[in-house]
Amino acid sequence: MNIDLSQIFTYMYAEIALIAVIILAFLYDLIAGKRGRRFFHPLMCVLMAVFVAATIVPYNSGEGEIFGGMFVYTPIFNIVKGILAAGTLIVFLQADSWLRREDTEFKRGEFYVLTLSTLLGMYFMISAGHFLMFFIGMELASVPMACLVAFDKYKNNSAEAGAKYILSALFASGLMLFGISFFYGTCGTLYFDDMVSKIDGSALQIMAMVFFFSGLGFKISLVPFHLWTADTYQGAPTSVTSYLSVISKGAASFALMVVLMKVFAPMVKDWQLMLWIVIVLSITVANLFAIRQKNLKRFLAFSSISQAGYIMLAVISGSAIGMTSLIFYVLVYLAANLAAFGVIGTVEQNSGGKVGMDDYNGLYKTNPKLAVIMMLALFSLAGIPPFAGFFSKFFIFAAAFEQGFHVLVFIALINTVISLYYYLLVVKAMFINKNDSPIAAFKSDCSTRIGLAICLCGVLALGIVSSVYDCINMFSFGM
Amino acid sequence: MNILSLFPAIPLLMMLGLWISKNLKQIRTVMVAGSSILLALAVYLVFAYLGMRADGQTAEMLFTDSMMWYEPLNIHYSVGVDGISVAMILLSTIIVFTGTFASWRMESQVKEFFMWFCLLSVGVFGFFISLDLFTMFMFYEVALIPMYLLIGVWGSGKKEYSAMKLTLMLMGGSALILISILGIYFGSGASTMNINEIAQLHNIPLSLQRIWFPIVFIGFGVLGALFPFHTWSPDGHASAPTAVSMLHAGVLMKLGGYGCFRVAMYLLPEASQQLSWIFIILTTISVVYGAFSACVQTDLKYINAYSSVSHCGLVLFAILMMNTTAATGAVLQMLSHGLMTALFFALIGMIYGRTHTRDIRELSGLMKIMPFLSVGYVIAGLANLGLPGFSGFVAEMTIFNGAFMNHDTFHRVVTIIACTLIVITAVYILRLVGKILYGTCSNPEHLKLKDATWDERIAVTVLVIAIAGLGLYPIWMNDMISSSVTSIISHILN
Repeated sequence: MNIDLSQIFTYMYAEIALIAVIILAFLYDLIAGKRGRRFFHPLMCVLMAVFVAATIVPYNSGEGEIFGGMFVYTPIFNIVKGILAAGTLIVFLQADSWLRREDTEFKRGEFYVLTLSTLLGMYFMISAGHFLMFFIGMELASVPMACLVAFDKYKNNSAEAGAKYILSALFASGLMLFGISFFYGTCGTLYFDDMVSKIDGSALQIMAMVFFFSGLGFKISLVPFHLWTADTYQGAPTSVTSYLSVISKGAASFALMVVLMKVFAPMVKDWQLMLWIVIVLSITVANLFAIRQKNLKRFLAFSSISQAGYIMLAVISGSAIGMTSLIFYVLVYLAANLAAFGVIGTVEQNSGGKVGMDDYNGLYKTNPKLAVIMMLALFSLAGIPPFAGFFSKFFIFAAAFEQGFHVLVFIALINTVISLYYYLLVVKAMFINKNDSPIAAFKSDCSTRIGLAICLCGVLALGIVSSVYDCINMFSFGM
Repeated sequence: MNILSLFPAIPLLMMLGLWISKNLKQIRTVMVAGSSILLALAVYLVFAYLGMRADGQTAEMLFTDSMMWYEPLNIHYSVGVDGISVAMILLSTIIVFTGTFASWRMESQVKEFFMWFCLLSVGVFGFFISLDLFTMFMFYEVALIPMYLLIGVWGSGKKEYSAMKLTLMLMGGSALILISILGIYFGSGASTMNINEIAQLHNIPLSLQRIWFPIVFIGFGVLGALFPFHTWSPDGHASAPTAVSMLHAGVLMKLGGYGCFRVAMYLLPEASQQLSWIFIILTTISVVYGAFSACVQTDLKYINAYSSVSHCGLVLFAILMMNTTAATGAVLQMLSHGLMTALFFALIGMIYGRTHTRDIRELSGLMKIMPFLSVGYVIAGLANLGLPGFSGFVAEMTIFNGAFMNHDTFHRVVTIIACTLIVITAVYILRLVGKILYGTCSNPEHLKLKDATWDERIAVTVLVIAIAGLGLYPIWMNDMISSSVTSIISHILN
């Protein structure tokens, strides 16, 4: 096999640049002394910003593959990667005050390197053209993630969350490998392109697909594979939770859609039926559980499970417009969810760890700006216009409706009303409920504020300004 | 910029102005300036519209403008008005203007209150000018969500419960609307979201129409207080602060009737002919049940809220009669009910602000203590029970006249049943007026109260003038409305 170096640079520039960033972070962590480490955070943020700016626009409009088809390049992949990297940048911005704490300060380098490693894993997972590559990417994305979840390892919660995460992740990987092995048995190959012609929807293949889907279902935390989610989200440090809930979920959903559309196209009826059931379960169960949560991180865990169900509405459509809607939904969800977690994180840091819903009573009186940002983020998650979430929800509904899933869309719509109820509970706590000892007024640090401002712009503008959507749409029609 | 786009744009600018204003004086300046400009603009729009019609412009929609928004789904920002929407815009600006004065003496979190109030009016204006289903729906929801905080924060009584109930029920309705918008869009070939173009295409299969018509009608009907989906209305109105009750009962509930007419019936004409009987029965129940419920209430706001249920039910009843006369009456009823219910809620707010009770058993002899407010109340009451000379008479007369024009037994029977509204309304209004305004005042505390302040007088006077104007000289409004109604009704019938 002849590997052309220039081709690698043409098609893998994003991954190579990301590896360079990881190595730089690693080296800086080793070399920088006590004084130098103070600049670690700004350096990483600038580095990430440059990375995002440099890679978000696809340089090649054509498609291509290298390593004999192991790695596939498509412009739309790079847009998704760029969105994920931008989300990571926001997570970094919001993580500063947490990383500055005494007990995490000395290992902040690890945070950056581990986070970026998982991002690299997602990159490979998205671009995979072979199931082995896909699997390796997914593992690279989950193993460092377990370290991140257990980052506050001296805290029982965090350590427990880490253990839960790694065990369920390994179980999921096992299931997925099992499914992949069946595919190898029936198709004789694991290359996506070669497999399509061999897929005939035999019973064995359906079983293999269910196993494969279950593995990814754990990543996306769909019901009934969601049981680890709430505990892990609650136990993990807030920055890691936000990363987990947005970036990891977005990447896995996109990869799932690509595989379903590319490889399992001949079995479309089978996976649509499977997804139908999973969507109804995910949205409904998660919504009903979310109503009862008193801890905001658990609350957002269930909210993110139901959001994952909505994302699957785009996947089930299996159309180009569905692909656009999915990417747009992930982008909007990223802005809104990171804003919500950003507020939770900064409140937690500045109030001595308060994350209960009752602690938020009267937040508007003391910290009006944070309360407003939280409210707008929740409205966007609930799909209230004129915020971006309304548009993204409308598009996924339209995409699913177009393919004839009328009842499914109806169930999803009824669920948006239920979800509005629990989002409003938080708004009610912040704006209406009285509290004798509200969270004291505080000033969050500069980098958190920048992070929140970016999210807020996203929530306000992504829907009304249609150019982002148009841009995604332009590239996704290539699929 | 199109003149119509100014209607949602000005409240947005007002929000911006409120955001940067520093004290109460600046806040009031922004509100008064903004709402006066809106009112002036609406009056100008009416004359410009009538002028263009007089010049022989026969297009269905005037002042149209369209901009591509989301191409893959054919979503445009497209605006335009016909006689019905012009009337509704005029009504909305009057309510916003008077609402500003009615909440002149707000005390807590004034800035936030008015910001939400402006957002509410952005939604209302946007809804009435939109021709695109998506844009229309977006504005519809924009108008709903501020209600939660407006009632929850500034309301009274069991405000949190009412706010949540109202928001969730209306959002449930809008979920129904959303799915039927998708149904209509894809059913008509997924080529356009423009209401008029879909109506022109007229290609939605009857089997689909029969599915979507009930869903979309109920969806809008929730906001139009269609029985049995009206239960949010009494609680919501009773808990809401004055200006919000005014805007909500006066304008927002009309969004329901307008939507039923413009979307449900106009776009799904065959199904609406076939299935209208279901909703005629439901609206008849609304009309009678609302009026009877109002008889037994003791809270002033509840009385008015149930009265709104019955009068808004009459709007839906009238459009379902599917003839030009009744439908014109429906639009007149929207106007008339909007004005008089706003006047009612404004006066109730003012009385409550003084006496701190809305229980009619504790109020009496107010006529001597606050004559101005009491006379206003009498006028609102008389308009409500349909006394000739006020707007209510014109509207109800037209509706029942039109409804009786349908020759079959079913329509005539329900019309006769609905007609009892007039009597029942007279019962509760006259009883109420007699109880709280006349007689001797039993509470010595009340004797010390003062009559209306200047800002309250402005609000009441403007509304009374509008009610009397519509009642005494309805013909110009009638002409403006009926030409537009005729084209929609003839589309439905053919």
